[in-house]
Amino acid sequence: MAVPQPVGVLPEIHAECRDLVRNFGGIAGGHVIEAMGPITLEIRRGEFFSVIGPSGCGKSTFMDVLAGLTPPTSGTVTFEGLPVRGTVPDGVGAVFQEDASLPWLNVWDNVAFSLRHDGTDPAEIKRRVDEAVAFMGLRQFAKAYPNQLSGGMRQRTCIARTMVMRPRMILLDEPFAALDAQTRLLMGDELLRLWRETGATVVLITHALDEAVMLSDRIGAMSARPGRFLDIVETGWPRERDSSILARAEVGAVSSRLWGVLREESQKALDQSGRLAAAREGS
Amino acid sequence: MTAVRKRQIALVGGLLLVIEFLCRVGLVHKTTLAPPSVMLATLADEFASGRILPDLGETLICILASTIIATIGGFVVGLVLNSFPRLRDAVRPILASYYSIPIFAFYPALAAILGLGIAPIIITAVLNSIVGMIIATEDALDRFPRVLVKLARTHRFTWWQQALHLQLPAMLPNLLGGVKLVVAYSFIGVIGSEFLMAAIGVGYQISYSYNEFNVPRMYGLMLLVVILVALANLLLNVPERRFASRAMGRRGE
Repeated sequence: MAVPQPVGVLPEIHAECRDLVRNFGGIAGGHVIEAMGPITLEIRRGEFFSVIGPSGCGKSTFMDVLAGLTPPTSGTVTFEGLPVRGTVPDGVGAVFQEDASLPWLNVWDNVAFSLRHDGTDPAEIKRRVDEAVAFMGLRQFAKAYPNQLSGGMRQRTCIARTMVMRPRMILLDEPFAALDAQTRLLMGDELLRLWRETGATVVLITHALDEAVMLSDRIGAMSARPGRFLDIVETGWPRERDSSILARAEVGAVSSRLWGVLREESQKALDQSGRLAAAREGS
Repeated sequence: MTAVRKRQIALVGGLLLVIEFLCRVGLVHKTTLAPPSVMLATLADEFASGRILPDLGETLICILASTIIATIGGFVVGLVLNSFPRLRDAVRPILASYYSIPIFAFYPALAAILGLGIAPIIITAVLNSIVGMIIATEDALDRFPRVLVKLARTHRFTWWQQALHLQLPAMLPNLLGGVKLVVAYSFIGVIGSEFLMAAIGVGYQISYSYNEFNVPRMYGLMLLVVILVALANLLLNVPERRFASRAMGRRGE
C-alpha cells in the first residue's frame, strides 16, 4: 500500500509554514480575534507530527490553513514546494473530528465515494476500496450503513475514504476525540500501521497528551490563543511502534516536558474562556 | 408485520365494527352516520357505474398540480431565503405564523380574479401547502453538517458537485418530510376549495350529497378521501423511513 510519490527530486521538507497568521472578524471595524500565529514550521516528509495545545488555541485553524481549507491572514504555506492558499492541494487528505461518514451510503460506497468523483477506473476503485476496507478491519461491515456502526468504525470508514485517495500528506483533526480511552489507543495503533505502510506524512491535531506522545516522531506544543509553537519535542521513537510504547520510561520524560509547557498555557486558555464568557454575559 | 402495526389494525378494525354495530341497531340514526359496510358498498357502486371518475380525475389533477408546484416552488424559495440571511430573518416570523391565516378566506377573491375553473383551486392548495416545503427546505439546509462542506473542499468539488453529491442526499429525509406535508395540505386545499366553489371534484360531490341528504354517498366519498390520503402517505413513508433511519445514526443528532 505504498503511496506513489511525484516524479522528480523530492525535498526533505514536505510542507512549510512561514510567519503564518490567521485572524477572524474585523469586518466593517468589528473586533479582530487573533486565532493563531505567527507560526513558522517545517514538516518533514514521512514524519508523524502531532500538534497539541489547550482548547481554543487555534489547533484546528492551523490544520484548516495547512490543508488549504481556509486562507491565512498573512504568511505562507507550501506543500511540496508549491504555495497553498485556500484550496486543498492534490496529495493532501484530511480526516475531521466530526463524523463525516455519509449516512445514505454503506461502508464500501462511503470509502469509494472520493474515487468515484475523481474519474478513477471502476476496476481500480474496486481494488483500492477492497484493500482499504480490509486494512481498516471493516470487511465484515462493508455492506453496513453508518448508523449500524460504532463511532470508532465510522471514523475508520472516514480514514479509509481518505486512504484510497493515496494522499502524500494526511491531516487528522482530533479524529478520535469522541471515542473512549481504550478505543483511542487501539485506533492509534491502526493509525501507526497506516502511517508505516503508506509512507505518508501525518499531521495529527490532538488535545490528548498521551496520544500525541505515543504516536509521534515530533510534537509541537502550542500556546494559548493566538496559538504559536512554544516547543517542538522529538520523541526518538522507532518507526515500528504501537501503544505498548506507553510502558517505556522515556514516555514520562517526554510527557513531563510537554506538560511543563502546556500547564501554564492551559491555565491561560481557561482564563481567556472565562473572560469571554463574562464579556458575553455583560453584553 | 410488527406488533405495533397489528395493534393499529386491530384498533381501526375494532372502531369500524363498533360504528357498524351502533348504526345497525339504530343507536346512531342513518341520517347521521352510514354503517361502514354501506359506505364501502356505495363507494364500490360509484366506481362500478363510473359516476365518480370525472370528479376523481379532476381532484387528483388539482392535487398533483398543487403538489408539484408547491414542492418545486417551496424548495426554490427555501434555497433563496437561505442564500439571503437578512431576507430570511425578515420572512421567518411571517412563515412561523402563516398557518394561522385561514387561506380559504381568500378563495372568493381568487375565484373573482381567475374565474371558477381549476386555477383558483390549485392556487388555494398551493398557498395552503407551499410554506411546509419552504420550512422543510430551510430546516434541511440548516441541518447540513459543516464537516461535509469541508469534505467537499478536500475533494475540490465544484459548487454543483457539492450540491448534487452531498447536499441533496443529506437533505433528502427532510425534503421528503416536506413533500409529505405538501401532499397533505394539497388534499386539504383542493377538497376544501371544491366544497366552497366548484362544479366538479370529489369535494364538490361530497358537498352536493350533503345538500341532497344522500348520507351513504356523502360518507362513501369521505371514505374515498381517507383512502387516497392513506395511500399517498403510505407511498411516501417508505423512502422517508429508509432515509430517516439511516440519518438518525449520525452522531450529534
